[in-house]
Formats: sequence, structure tokens, C-alpha cells
Amino acid sequence: MSAVRAAADLRRRVLAAAERRLPALTRLKRAEPLPIRFDRRRIYVLPTRFGLGFAVLLFVMLLGALNYGNNPALLLTCLLGAAAGASVFAGFRALGGLILLRLRAGEAHAGDMLPLHLGFAPGARGRAGLRLRCGGAETAFALAAGSEADVVVALPVAQRGWFRPGRMQLWTDYPLGLFRLWSWLHPAFECLVYPAAESPPPPLPDGDGRVGEQLGAGASEEHSGLREYRPSDASRLIAWKASVRHDQLLVRDAERRSGTALTLDYAALSGLDHEARIRRLTAWVLAAEAAQRSSTLRLPAQSIGPGLGGTHRRACLRALALLPDA
Amino acid sequence: MNDRLDDRQFALLTAAVAATLATHLGHLPAWLTLPMAVLLPLRAWTRQRGSAAVRAWIRLPLTAALLALVVTNFGNVFGREPGSVLGCGLLALKLLETERIRDARVALGFAAFVLMSALLFAQSLAFSLAICAVLVLLLAALAALQPAPLDPGRPLRASLRLAAGLLAAGLPLAAAAFVLMPRLGSPLWGSPGNDVAARTGLGERMAPGELSQLLIDDTPAFRVVFDGPVPPQPQRYFRAIVLWDFDGAAWTRGLTYRYPLEDARAAGPRAAADYTVTLEPTDRRWLPALDVPLGAPPEARLAADRVLIAFGKVVQPRRYAVRSALDYTLAPELPPAQRARALALPDGFNPRARALAGRWRSEGRDDAGVVQAALALFRASFTYTLDAPLLGRDSVDDFLFGTQRGFCEHYASAFVFLMRAAGIPARVVTGYQGGWWNAGDGYLLVRQSDAHAWAEVWIEGRGWRRVDPTAAVSPARVELGASAANADAGWAPSGWMRELRNRLDFANRLWTEGIIRFDALRQKGMLASFGVADANPGDLLLALSVLLGVAMLIATAWALRGGFAERAAGDALDRAWARFLARLARAGVASRPAEGPLDLRRRLGTAALPDAARSAAEALIDEYVGLRYGTGEPAAERIAALAARVRKLRLPRRVKAP
Repeated sequence: MSAVRAAADLRRRVLAAAERRLPALTRLKRAEPLPIRFDRRRIYVLPTRFGLGFAVLLFVMLLGALNYGNNPALLLTCLLGAAAGASVFAGFRALGGLILLRLRAGEAHAGDMLPLHLGFAPGARGRAGLRLRCGGAETAFALAAGSEADVVVALPVAQRGWFRPGRMQLWTDYPLGLFRLWSWLHPAFECLVYPAAESPPPPLPDGDGRVGEQLGAGASEEHSGLREYRPSDASRLIAWKASVRHDQLLVRDAERRSGTALTLDYAALSGLDHEARIRRLTAWVLAAEAAQRSSTLRLPAQSIGPGLGGTHRRACLRALALLPDA
Repeated sequence: MNDRLDDRQFALLTAAVAATLATHLGHLPAWLTLPMAVLLPLRAWTRQRGSAAVRAWIRLPLTAALLALVVTNFGNVFGREPGSVLGCGLLALKLLETERIRDARVALGFAAFVLMSALLFAQSLAFSLAICAVLVLLLAALAALQPAPLDPGRPLRASLRLAAGLLAAGLPLAAAAFVLMPRLGSPLWGSPGNDVAARTGLGERMAPGELSQLLIDDTPAFRVVFDGPVPPQPQRYFRAIVLWDFDGAAWTRGLTYRYPLEDARAAGPRAAADYTVTLEPTDRRWLPALDVPLGAPPEARLAADRVLIAFGKVVQPRRYAVRSALDYTLAPELPPAQRARALALPDGFNPRARALAGRWRSEGRDDAGVVQAALALFRASFTYTLDAPLLGRDSVDDFLFGTQRGFCEHYASAFVFLMRAAGIPARVVTGYQGGWWNAGDGYLLVRQSDAHAWAEVWIEGRGWRRVDPTAAVSPARVELGASAANADAGWAPSGWMRELRNRLDFANRLWTEGIIRFDALRQKGMLASFGVADANPGDLLLALSVLLGVAMLIATAWALRGGFAERAAGDALDRAWARFLARLARAGVASRPAEGPLDLRRRLGTAALPDAARSAAEALIDEYVGLRYGTGEPAAERIAALAARVRKLRLPRRVKAP
């Protein structure tokens, strides 16, 4: 078994080397803009191993039928052979004319699976048995006639930063598995992979004493985290019970609610190496968001925040993802 | 990637394999069918309950047992019978271990092979159609292995439709390849004679009662096309075998090759018929011919007693042309050796019949008078029935004086015995009588159930004369045919059903004539009619390759068609606009990707175009903009008018853009 795997590994490495050296030979395409249309110039066909075996079988059947002078058997063999031949064209129609309209990536941290959404337009006919292989991942899908559809392939991503899915293969052995038709696509597309978060998540750092915006004037213990209503406040922030008790409208204060404002400082994590710091900061960004605490991210060249919410989180993660290597 | 078969795929696979095995049921031994009938449902049931493939320690002994059984039963594993038994067994065993897509594909490919081998045992039209249906199922099972079906709600229907569509698409090419495929002159291995199972049919031995199985066999025996007028029903006696020897129990043929050929002469030129017979395989050498054949077709000889004997057994449908005399004189002189043999009777059998014949003689009757006396006896009190009682040791006595019920064999046997006992040379002739005339297609269909036995007596000066004692008892048997005579016998299908089956026989005939018998000779003949004389295998292969190329081109055009259609997507207005842009581009004004119609119109002002063309183009653009953006649903006639204007637009060619 390990020998088989070693052989497969060797084959993959030889192919990879060949692609680097002889891009024309292996049809390594330069990245191309969307939409990508699959036409006859980029669809390749070869019989599968099963198809080759089937051809041998057909030949044996032909010999047998001719040897015994058995015409019905000969007709059956011819019919089977012709149907097998017709299957190439049915397979081509499953692939030909398909258009890749758009490409969109979901969020992923390094080490996770990155969901890649490919929007296909199938055209006037339905297509079944399509498969998309990208990196080590493969997904099978069918497209109903006339309606655009998203296909999701989950890719393992190992490193933070810009990620190029690179060359993908759209292939099918529809309808009988006798022929494999494929097309390479190399869309000009890259997406950001967030850094991995430290696991298990470390506790959030204590507030460093600089308490955000401090307590409002006149607010008592009881009022901690509450302030008077201002017309611009969202109604969902109104603390109804407290308002009843105090005969005035009070709202929960986002700043207050988080208690002390967090500062997530790259420079403060001096005991760790570069990537470990990034992992910890990532974990903290996520934890702060989960705890609904405002945070400020301080990185060597920039500072983000203070802030809270999706936009802030994404900005922090993006900055972390794009930190240059140490 | 998980490629384990899901329940639906496995169910379809099991159905396809089971249907394939079912096509072999006719000849598989019970020691194989019974375990298969247990193992396959068991496997389907256990898999549905989640258990994995049958383990190797069960499968391997089963495989070994299968091999051992085949070898002990057949002696080897090669050849048609043992090969197909082994193939069926291996296919069933393959299903036991099939768990993944790859296994399923191998199993289905092998099933196609096993399916083809079923045609080595039977080739009738109905069976071939059944095989074709199983083929659809096989391809559907193969198609169902695809990961993502288009119509998840009804995957079976989609798979079946796809399989049938593929076969239908391949049919023209398959038919052409069938016609052009060079046939082998001689088999590469084995003997093609092996590929027809022993048939029921006329035998070289006739004992009263033995023919009854044949008489209820409705399968076609042969078909006849006449060159001239069709002989009337009472003259349609097809002579196959002459039986000389009686041992008290059965009539047999014995040896006749030393005798000189009996002289046969037609009574006149109009008393002869030319016709062509297509005989279904019999695995015997007799070729039935109208009484009495005047010559032998190629690859056959005429025996002394005027029956046709082929050089080899008839193992494929065989076609031969014969000329027969319907009114004839046969052997006016009877050599002593034949005469003695035509009078011989075993001692110690049927004393009462001998006594009856002696009494007739003593009454002073001549030969013709004895014949008439015997026929009168049958006519008086005998009954024609297929449901004849069993006879004892003295079969003729039992029949004549006891049961008095029987069919042609009984009458022919008793009659010839009586004649010989009375000193008249006589012999039994078996063959077929009657047949069903298919007026629409102009051929005579003779079934096994038309098998018949009659007598020939030799009369001084007139030679061998045909006497049919059955006709004396049941004139309908000869006048109207076997079906009419047997109509009350209980087993016969009702009249309209017979009629229907007879009418449907033309399809069987087409199949036999067009497909089964399409050999190298017919192939040559067919090509000759297209002006290709003497095509050798090389030419055929060349023609086949050319044909394949043409088929590829057509299929490629079909596959690409969708692509062209999609390029011209959108409604009629879009298409007219696209055509307009294309024409403008040819005139040197190519529209730019980010350019709207009005921008284009503005740019036209600076383009090097003749004024007439420019104003026409501008008018067209205005019209398009009005239609596209000015109205919700542009009127079809206005779009048509626009398209017509685009067609009529006169633009100069290849003007360089400024």
C-alpha cells in the first residue's frame, strides 16, 4: 500500500515538475479573467482505464460473434460499441458551453477549509455528473438547465495571507464512465486567508488600566454600563427594566458594556515568536468579538480600533493576515 | 472521495445482473441456478441492512467450487456450454464482492459479455429483443454510477432514458457496421456447429405416438417462397425422410446408399414447382422438399429414395432452391433388393393385422383394391386425435382392432404394415404437410406442428404412389392443415391467437432472413447491388473506417450545435443587433465592449463611411434604442422589420477606421 502511495506521490511530483518546465505541454494556463467559457478548444478527452478495458471486451465479443457466425451477437456488439462511442459526445455536451461566471471565497483561517463558491451558467441544457477538482479537494455537482448555480468546493488552506486557488480541473466521465473529459481553468482570483487562531483560545488580556471613555458623570454602581438615551440610539439598546426604575430612558452603552476596553498589542507579546503572536492576536480578536468587548489592535506599523463588530473584526483579521513574515 | 455504491445504484446493478443471468436460465444447470437464486437476494438483503461485501473466505471457496463443478460436469472450461456456465457463476460471485463504483463497472462490463453469450443459445427475434431490453438496463445501471444525477427525484427514469437514447443514437452506426463488418470465412476456434442447441424436429425413427410432442410445437420449421403459383394445400407434402425398416416397435431408415437413384419424372412441364426454402436450424441433415424433388441444391445430395440430405448438419438457418415435381412417376422399376426390403416385416408381431391383409388378398383384390380396402377401413370407424391412447407390444393390432384413435403416425404405421402384409411394397415417409400462406409477404410458413407422416406404396407400372391414410380419417388435416384438424384437441390456442401469431411471423421471417442469415455471401450480394462487385475484407474495413469518420463528423456537429446556439443567445432583437454590430465591424467600425448604442452612434459620425450608409446605420441604431429601451415588450413585427433592415443595409467592406 505504501508503495502505491509512494508511486502516486512520485507521479504527482513528476507532473508538477513537468508543468513548471513545459507549461505548453501540460496546458498550464496563465490566469485568465472571468467569465470562462468551456468550449472545444479547452476540453480534452481520453478513455478511462475502464474504457480501455471495455474496448478490449468489445473486441473479444466481436471475435466471438464473428467466430460463431452469430449475427445477433454481432449486432449486439456493434450496438454496444456505437453506444459507447456516442457516450463521448454526450459527455462533451455535459461540459461544452458551460460558463464559469464568478468566483467568491468565504472566510477561512489557515488550517481550516476555505469554501470556494463557483457560479456556473449551464446554458440551455442540464448537465449532470460534473466534478471539480481543486488542489486535493473534489466535489461532484449537477446543474439544472437554464438556472445559474453556485458550486462550493472546500479547499484546505495552510497559510495566512493571499491565497490563489490556482489551477482547477473541471472533469466528467458522464455518462458511462468510459471516457474522461476535462478542462483546466485558472481563474485570476485570489482571496485572503486569515491567520490560524491559537488553540485552545488563550484568556483575554486584562485591561491595562486605560479604561475606555471612563464612567459617565453621575452614574452610580447600579448604572454601570448604562447612560441616558440619545435620539440617535437604536431602540434595541434601551434597557427597559432600568428605565422603569429610574423614570428615564436608559440605554446600554456599548463602550461601557464591554467594561474595560481591550488593547491587543503585538509588542506586548514579547515571549512569543512572530507567527505565534499573530495566532494569539487572532484568537483574541475572535474572543473579543464573541464577548462583545471593544478592542484595539496594535500592530508594528498600524493600529486598528477601538471598535467592535463585524467590520472591525474583519479589518483586524485582514491586517493580521497581511502582516509581513518576520 | 467516497465511491461506495449507494442503495439506488446497488439495486439497479443487482437488477441488471439478475436480468443478464435470467437470459441464460434456459440452459443453466440446477446446481448453479439454485445457489444463485438464494445468494443474490440474500446479498441484496444483507447489504440493505448495512453489511459490507461478502468476505473473501466465503467467496474464494465458492469460486473454487464453481470451477470444480464446471470441470467435473463438462470436462473443461472452454466452449460454449461450460464457458457460459462459468461466466454466469463468476458474474454472480462478482456481485457478492461489489461494493464500490469501480467493482460495479467491471461487473457491468462483464455482464455485457455474458449477455452476448446468451445469443449463442437462442437467436429468435423475441429473445433478441429481450436481450436488447437487458442491454438498456445494463447501460442504465452504468449511467446510474455517475455521482450527481440531473433529476434526483427520478434517477431511474433519467438513467433508463439516457441508456435508451445512447443506444438509439448508436443504432445507425451499429447497423452500418453490422453490414460492413467483414465476416470470417472459417472459424478461428471451435466449431460454429456448437452454437445451436439440439433442436426438436423430425427424427430418423418413428414410433407411433412419439411425434405428438412435435405436433404441439408451434415454432417455425421452415419458410418457402415459390417462384410460380403456390401449390394448393393438398399438394403441399414436404418430403424429409423415408423410413424402410420396421422392428415391431418403430420405423427406422436403415441404409440406402447402395441403391440406385429412383427415377422421377414430372407428368408434364406444368406439374413442376420451383421454390426456395429457408430452413430453421435442425442439427440434422435432412432438407425438406416438396414431394418429389427433381434435383439437389448445392452442398446437398439426393438420396436414392428422393430425399435431400445436406453435406453437413443444419446448424444455422439454411436457404436452398429446389425444383420439385408435384405430379410425378417415381421408380417405375423396383429392383429386387429394394422390393424385398419394402416387404419385410418382423416375425411374431401383429398377427391379426397380417390375417386381415391375407383375408383381403384371398378375396381376390388387386393392389389398388387392397389400398382402397385399408382406406375404407380407416374411414369407417377411426378417429383423428392427438390424444392417442398408448399401444402395447402389438402396436398395429392394438390400434386397428382396439383403440382406433390416433394421428398421422398411427395411420401411416398401420397402413404400411397392412400393405406389406398383403404383399404390396410400402414405406413410411415423414415430413411436413400444409403450412400457412402469408399472402401479404408471399411466403409459406411451415411450423413444427405441421409435421406429418404418410405412406408410399409401389404399384406395378405406376411406381411409388403417395397414399395418406390420415386424409381418409380426417380430410381436414390435409385440406385445411394441422391447426384445423387439431382445433378440438384442447391444447391448441384459440383461432384468433393462432391467426395473430401467423401474421406476426413476418417479423420473425425478416429477422431470420435479414439478420441471422446475413453471411459473407449475402454481404457480397448486397454490396454488389450498390455496384461494389467482389468486395474483399480490406475494402470492407476501409468502407467501415470511412463510415466511422462520417459518423464522427455528424456526432461532432451535434455536440457543438449547442455551443453555436448559445452564442446567439438573447431574444430576436438581440440577435438582430448582434448581426448589425458584426456587419459594422466588417465595415471597420467595431463596437467596443464598454460602448453603448448611443456612443456608437456618436462615433459613427467620425467613421469613414459613405453618407448613405452612415445615415442608414444611425437610423437603425435609433430604431434599436427605441425598441430596446423605449418599450417594455417590443412588437414582434417591428423587430422583424428591424432585422430585415439590418439584412438590407449596404455597407462598404473593409474600410479602415479613422
